[in-house]
Amino acid sequence: MLQRLEHLLGIEDLTREQISFILDQAAPFQEFQRHPLKKLATLRGKTVALAFFENSTRTRISFATAAARLGADTMNLQAESSSLKKGESLLDTVRTLEAMRPDGIVIRHSSSGAPQLIADRLGLPVVNAGDGTHEHPTQALLDALTIRDRRGSLDGLNLTILGDILHSRVARSNIFLLSKFGANITLCGPSMWVPRELQTLAPHIRRVSRIEDALKTADVVMVLRVQTERLHEPALAPEEYILGYQLTPARLKLANPGALVLHPGPMIRGLEIDPAVADGPQSCVLDQVTNGLAIRMALLYHLVGGAAVEAPPAKEKPKDSPKD
Amino acid sequence: MLLIKNGRVLDPVSKIDSVQDVLLDGERIAKIAAAISAPDAEVFDATGMVVAPGFLDLHCHLREPGQEMSETIETGARSAAQGGFTAVCCMPNTQPVNDNAGITRGILERAAAAKSVRVWPIGAASVGSKGEALAEIAAMKDAGIVAVSDDGKPVATARLMRQVMDYCSTLDLPVIDHCEDPSLFAGGVMREGPRSIRLGLKGIPAQSESICAGRDVELAGLTHARLHLAHLSTTGALEYVRLAKKNGLQVTCEVTPHHFTLTDEDVRYDTHYKMNPPLASRADRDALIAGLVNGTVDAIATDHAPHHAASKDVEFDRAPFGITGFETALALGLSELVHTGKMSLTRLVELFTTGPARVLGLHRKLAAGEIADVTVFSPDQSWTYRVGDSPSKSHNTPFNGRAFKGRPTATIVAGRFIWRQ
Repeated sequence: MLQRLEHLLGIEDLTREQISFILDQAAPFQEFQRHPLKKLATLRGKTVALAFFENSTRTRISFATAAARLGADTMNLQAESSSLKKGESLLDTVRTLEAMRPDGIVIRHSSSGAPQLIADRLGLPVVNAGDGTHEHPTQALLDALTIRDRRGSLDGLNLTILGDILHSRVARSNIFLLSKFGANITLCGPSMWVPRELQTLAPHIRRVSRIEDALKTADVVMVLRVQTERLHEPALAPEEYILGYQLTPARLKLANPGALVLHPGPMIRGLEIDPAVADGPQSCVLDQVTNGLAIRMALLYHLVGGAAVEAPPAKEKPKDSPKD
Repeated sequence: MLLIKNGRVLDPVSKIDSVQDVLLDGERIAKIAAAISAPDAEVFDATGMVVAPGFLDLHCHLREPGQEMSETIETGARSAAQGGFTAVCCMPNTQPVNDNAGITRGILERAAAAKSVRVWPIGAASVGSKGEALAEIAAMKDAGIVAVSDDGKPVATARLMRQVMDYCSTLDLPVIDHCEDPSLFAGGVMREGPRSIRLGLKGIPAQSESICAGRDVELAGLTHARLHLAHLSTTGALEYVRLAKKNGLQVTCEVTPHHFTLTDEDVRYDTHYKMNPPLASRADRDALIAGLVNGTVDAIATDHAPHHAASKDVEFDRAPFGITGFETALALGLSELVHTGKMSLTRLVELFTTGPARVLGLHRKLAAGEIADVTVFSPDQSWTYRVGDSPSKSHNTPFNGRAFKGRPTATIVAGRFIWRQ
């Protein structure tokens, strides 16, 4: 039986059945993105609050577009225009939003755990659109959808994640998600960004210091954005990063043939990724963006539309079930 | 006169541990004996209870002056009394900082007016606790401080620490340090480890504490001053204390109830689990308990750190550090250390009484002629802690709703009940 989702706060506590179900539910919304008239009435009369307490362009636009295409109205709060600078607390700000009676709230915040705090105190469905260095669950779901589309299955992947894993919420959510499907995960980056405790996040995680070793046998290569502000603490010259960790065509050849390249964006061409890889046939970067809409529409449909995520009928049993 | 009847009188110094009566006359203990008859005395029936010397807390924050929204000397003192304490030492990180005799006297006046626990102020080591110039330590000593500290942070530099220690050794005052290397601490909010990685919260490595403890112990060797390390939470720092003691230095340390009870694995997105030093790893927690048992640790101190709800009801990384602690300290000691068989009841009493007293160069004893500061507690009473019953202005504790075995039943200062259950 599937547990009904009240919120989407992270991937860690989801079951693989819930994840597969969300991915299955996103499939029709993928199709929908190709329609000439991209507007449904499903959530007509519903309002989604988009509370972005941290700068975001792509995720905010993706959620806003997902809501709009479902027919929902949105209330937008951005950090710059919020009362936070006037000293108002996060809870007071979101309670103010809640008093305008939205049907769900999407939150992005620089503090790990902020969506949890809001979910604990408000009576609204909460979707985590990225919290601090904790989780970014919709990113992991859209990545999984992208991988499943291209490879047919999520089972038993060899996943390599490159970059600043320590500070990456994208990495954490992807590690939690793909390890539920038996992934072997290789983490590679400058060692201060790949502490050994990361191996306690899930089984079958290894840390590798040389990128060449990390890429061997990879089915999926996830390139993380180098947060240039992190380069200052402690200082690491961009040239050093490029030398050791940039994903180049030559290095990509070491991975399994047809290995997928994912990047959560925004991408800095020439820093963490060579433009030839970013634009190459193995790159899934633009698919990821489109799939982000489908995942977010599916989630808003279920969380805000109030349609329970019930157990799927037997015939829709997730195709990612273990083969045992 | 007050006659405490039929209690298990337990005194770690005179090694009494037997059911006797204790007669208090005015501010002094008049007599300890079996079946005392005193027809004029008020009688307190302590059957099934332990009668111990008055508990002393070396480390708390009473927030006055300056942060009366979180606590006042009066509310903090009442909370301490309810926790069984007869005396508490309040840290100087008030607003303004207690770095001069005027503020020290003000604190003592407010404490006297509260007519509750004895309040013994700790003075700042440096002006404003800024780590630059020495505070007016001798004048504060005349006014009544019992130690110096820049608590909340370490004495800023090794050079200043040396000066403070040199100066305080001539004044015979202990120097209390909050051990932390600011460059390693670097904005962390919990102990670095698997849990901080999982929660995505910035970690503080254990070495932040032990490096500073090492510095301080080295300087104790240089100056031969009395050094007391506050709220230790790491194996490494304890090891420095153990070696210092072995080498005959006057180095002591304390551990808080939350550090011997909880670990970093308990941390969740609840700011009642945010304190400094942060909750330790399981291995470090076990080392703290071992140190409490074997004598490396001298005292249990609460680090009672009240914060009003508005300041704690925020994102984890924006919340201030600290939790309240007076009312749960003894219950945690009994439940976690004594009833689990890790420690004798006598040793626990020592950690609340003679241990901290020795840190301050005082003695504490149940005997005829001594000051009548007495803590009475029931070691076996089952109860559930409810912050709603607390006289403290702040309710920032992770122990609300926790079931305990053992609690204080009466607190007596100078022969007078300041609290009874």
